[in-house]
Amino acid sequence: MSETISALNNAGFSGLVRIDETGLQGMITLRGDLSLATVKKVATTASGAAFPGQRQITVSDTGALAWMSPDELLILCPYEDVSDRLAKMTKSLGNTNALAVDVSDARAIFAISGEDARDVMAKLCPVDLHPEVFKPGEIRRTRLAQIAAAIWMEDDDTFRLICFRSVAQYAYDALKVAAAAGSAVGFHAAQDPA
Amino acid sequence: MLTLQCPYCGVQADETELSAGGEAHIERHGPGSSDEAFQEYLFSRENPFGVHFERWRHSHGCGKWFHAARNTVTLEVYGTYPAQTTEPPADIRKRISGVAPGWTWRFLG
Repeated sequence: MSETISALNNAGFSGLVRIDETGLQGMITLRGDLSLATVKKVATTASGAAFPGQRQITVSDTGALAWMSPDELLILCPYEDVSDRLAKMTKSLGNTNALAVDVSDARAIFAISGEDARDVMAKLCPVDLHPEVFKPGEIRRTRLAQIAAAIWMEDDDTFRLICFRSVAQYAYDALKVAAAAGSAVGFHAAQDPA
Repeated sequence: MLTLQCPYCGVQADETELSAGGEAHIERHGPGSSDEAFQEYLFSRENPFGVHFERWRHSHGCGKWFHAARNTVTLEVYGTYPAQTTEPPADIRKRISGVAPGWTWRFLG
């Protein structure tokens, strides 16, 4: 059996902010009618987190549950738990018109942390990241430079980012340029009333 | 820069986050239709100086198609609405009539 490694094998960079490819992360996509009780129950049971509202991400001890689109959820869990949880989900879904798929190896996940994290992300994404607008708990699928990505905040100084594995190197390089030493803009720090 | 609100995920999506999908509310004419109707369906497009209805896709976001009503001259956006409709909703048409009286667009106006 070959050893599984993540897209960039835990690459890291320190500049304006700390950028880490955080390694193997279990991810399960669940597509279906999110108003169905069965789908809700399967999602909350598999993730251990509360059912998220529009554009919300809810966190549990072992994972998270994210609203990706009106008919799509993403379940985050430990990489080694994916096949177990997926088997249970598929069983619970039964004949429901919904689909759960393991996408762990199709994606890459990053952490961007530091005081300037909002500035770094705002250089790459056309999103209003003002602290009063974009807060922890919201997940935003958007454009990161030239690729699609989903971003959310773990706390006030830490972003998490998911993109396709095939563009992980591009995302990492783009983030490194945006976080290069000497490129601080101090925009969001200036907005902070404190 | 054009900013449209995606009616499915509610974000104010920047133009660069979207893909343009051409004119909205085109009635499909396939096999069995007359040559004129098929030609109309395939080639005839509006090129308005003013009010226009378009299809857009939130391609870097939730991935859903939606409709937008906007003005090609002033770049004013009158509103966005879901794709599952064959004509603009009444509230958006009313809003357009409020700011651009006498507007016409294909079968509307």
